Amino acid sequence: MEYFLQQLINGLTLGSIFGLIAIGYTMVYGIIGMINFAHGDIFMVGGFIALMSFLVLGLAGITWVPLALAVVLVISMVFTSIYGWTVERIAYRPLRGSFRLAPLISALGMSIFLQNYVQLLQGARSKPLPPVIQGGFVLMESDTGFTVTISYVQIMIILLTVILMLAFTSLIAKTSLGRQQRACEQDKLMASLVGVNVDRTISQTFVMGAMLAAVAGTMYLVRYGVIDFFEGFVVGIKAFTAAVLGGIGSLPGAMLGGLLLGLIEAFWSGYFSVEYKDVAAFGILVLVLIFRPSGLLGRPEIEKV
Amino acid sequence: MSSTAYTVGRDQAFPWRSALIECAITAFIVLMLAITMVGIHLETVLGGLAIATRFADVGVAVVFAFIGRLALVAMREGHPLPALIGATAAAVLGVFVPPIDIVAAILQALGAEAPTPTPVLQVMQVAGGAILAVRAAWLVWRQRGSAGRRAERGRSLDAFAAGMRGWTTLIGPIAIVFAIALPFIFDNRSRIDLATLVLTYIMLAWGLNIIVGLAGLLDLGYVAFYAVGAYSYALLGTHFGWSFWICLPLAGVLASSAGLILGFPVLRLRGDYFAIVTLGFGEIIRVILLNWFEFTGGPDGISGIARPSFFGLAEFDRSPPEGVTAFHELFGLEYNGIHRVIFLYYLILVLALFVNFVSMRVRRLPIGRAWEALREDDIACQSLGINRRNIKLAAFMFSAGFGGVAGSFFATRQGFISPESFQFIESAIILAIVVLGGMGSQAGIVLAAVLMIGMPEIFRDLEQYRMLAFGALMVVIMVWRPRGLLSHRDPSVRLHPPPPRQLWPFTRLPKPSAAPAEKAAGQ
Repeated sequence: MEYFLQQLINGLTLGSIFGLIAIGYTMVYGIIGMINFAHGDIFMVGGFIALMSFLVLGLAGITWVPLALAVVLVISMVFTSIYGWTVERIAYRPLRGSFRLAPLISALGMSIFLQNYVQLLQGARSKPLPPVIQGGFVLMESDTGFTVTISYVQIMIILLTVILMLAFTSLIAKTSLGRQQRACEQDKLMASLVGVNVDRTISQTFVMGAMLAAVAGTMYLVRYGVIDFFEGFVVGIKAFTAAVLGGIGSLPGAMLGGLLLGLIEAFWSGYFSVEYKDVAAFGILVLVLIFRPSGLLGRPEIEKV
Repeated sequence: MSSTAYTVGRDQAFPWRSALIECAITAFIVLMLAITMVGIHLETVLGGLAIATRFADVGVAVVFAFIGRLALVAMREGHPLPALIGATAAAVLGVFVPPIDIVAAILQALGAEAPTPTPVLQVMQVAGGAILAVRAAWLVWRQRGSAGRRAERGRSLDAFAAGMRGWTTLIGPIAIVFAIALPFIFDNRSRIDLATLVLTYIMLAWGLNIIVGLAGLLDLGYVAFYAVGAYSYALLGTHFGWSFWICLPLAGVLASSAGLILGFPVLRLRGDYFAIVTLGFGEIIRVILLNWFEFTGGPDGISGIARPSFFGLAEFDRSPPEGVTAFHELFGLEYNGIHRVIFLYYLILVLALFVNFVSMRVRRLPIGRAWEALREDDIACQSLGINRRNIKLAAFMFSAGFGGVAGSFFATRQGFISPESFQFIESAIILAIVVLGGMGSQAGIVLAAVLMIGMPEIFRDLEQYRMLAFGALMVVIMVWRPRGLLSHRDPSVRLHPPPPRQLWPFTRLPKPSAAPAEKAAGQ
């Protein structure tokens, strides 16, 4: 029981990070119908920028943790969103309206480029960050001496994810920006006819996705204390799997998929084997898609002839 | 003719104000991008990380961005000549004086510390200057600004591609003859090795083309079948001592079966769901290879894989074991290690041509037609009474089988395999070759493979920039020509008979507005 609880907490933390990245995938997919393979690398860039800002803040003498974290999050979001915007501008916008595989290949190229760009500039070694926040609560202690703990970092990640999700959902549902996005998602031509600047809306989508990825990158860095240039690919693929699992194009689906994937990984590593956790994740994906080909919360595609 | 339409803005004054604002915005974005990743360097030191700054490089990059954008604006506004002169000067200057040296000189004059030089900026200056210069030269030559350029360029390249297709009957054999003669032209081991590598990718891409280009199913896990083929031969060869020549077809059959097994669960899926599941399969197979120590050797892989013999008749060793003929003795040659390299080269050439031959022929069979129908319209295809399940599985099996054969060739060439060689990036590269070449175009794949695999290998000196350039090249080619290098939308059946085949592929196409009489004269 204690062990189960501990895995649940770990799974939820990991799932929150996956969910934040998955939202970026799912939004981009919803609006321009492409798999943004570079999104995982945007997450990685976010992590690197967060690491740099931690170090710079440390040099500047800002060591009060809540302030430092807030500043790091803001810096990381700002600079990462510029990367997100640039990627869209360079690699995807010229390909708007061309055939389906072109943006995909361009995205793969961008992903390879970003990985090597970071590797070249920052070196191939993984970069460690000493623990920023230490400690946590002991929730339960069993007779065998196994303790269930939830660290402050985990609480922070889960809380931040919940807050961001709420803010984000209301942004999409209530603001004019959200309305424009939903309009573009449904019909870009019609949206442009009623005065929506489609290009700008798509850029904003990428910027928002990159911001969430930057938050996820920062969280990941704080939680696991290490980042390297290849990290983005692995986590990105997982997050994309999460988006597909939840039904691509659906925001709650992305979050649900992320949480599910995090839980699957945590429980599989806890009870079976760590090595095969990826197999479990993809296996579940295949199973879900066989029975629900458009994901858990996705709307089934209506085929018109 | 209608060239006036292209010279809008030519006689107007250069809009300095808006141009400078535009350049400043570009420079600002580059500054924001570079200040973190370029400006700060995380150095691993004892006990953690230290920060070093490289702000001089950031400054140079920002200046480049400003000047480069200015050149682009000048071209757009109809002043390509100054842009041409400036870009050429920048490129030439870049060859001789690294830009960071100039900054260092200025900084030293100001009494500041000189930055450590990085070659990246020099490469950026030379390459960027050269690209801009070529573009400007093109505009100067065509005597116009860039208005309307994009559509026109697309058309002329389409015409080139169509012309190339007319020429394939001629170029195909020439290319094959060249490929056969290649080991004698370059009597150089590394060149032949490179050619072998390129041919391996060509074979893989031709194999993948069946499923992506013909059947229109986006497979992101093709490397799985490559791995199955490689491990089949490696395991059968090392455990049972089976010869390569038995294992080669067997690897194809095994990979094909793997394709069948993996094909079943994904039959209902379409589009990107299909893509992500195949990607998942690729990863699953890799993870299994990595972790099933007892069977696959885990991350250590399998070493000591037997090299192929000369069709079982002779070995390529200098002194083969008792009772086995040596290749050089069989043909009465001096012993030379290159014989095996050349043999492997011819082997992959034959295998690749076999794949090409089969896929060209299968294309014309009912099943090939059914694949193309599936690609064009799923539902219409079903309505015509085509069994989607069977043809999808057939596409999977064909494709996987060829991948497996290529895999067993890879295993025997390397003599060592490990899961490292079968990562997702390989699938991505193979897919990139298929798409960059122009979906479904066999010749385009050759071109793309030479470009993507051969070019970066030639610039070995810049090895660390190889993958960087690879990624950038993928983006650039896609942006430049989204349907692939040698693509053209030529229907296979026409209502009206096509115009006589164009023989010289470089002829400029007449403008669409041109009168029919002019069109006839143009040919």
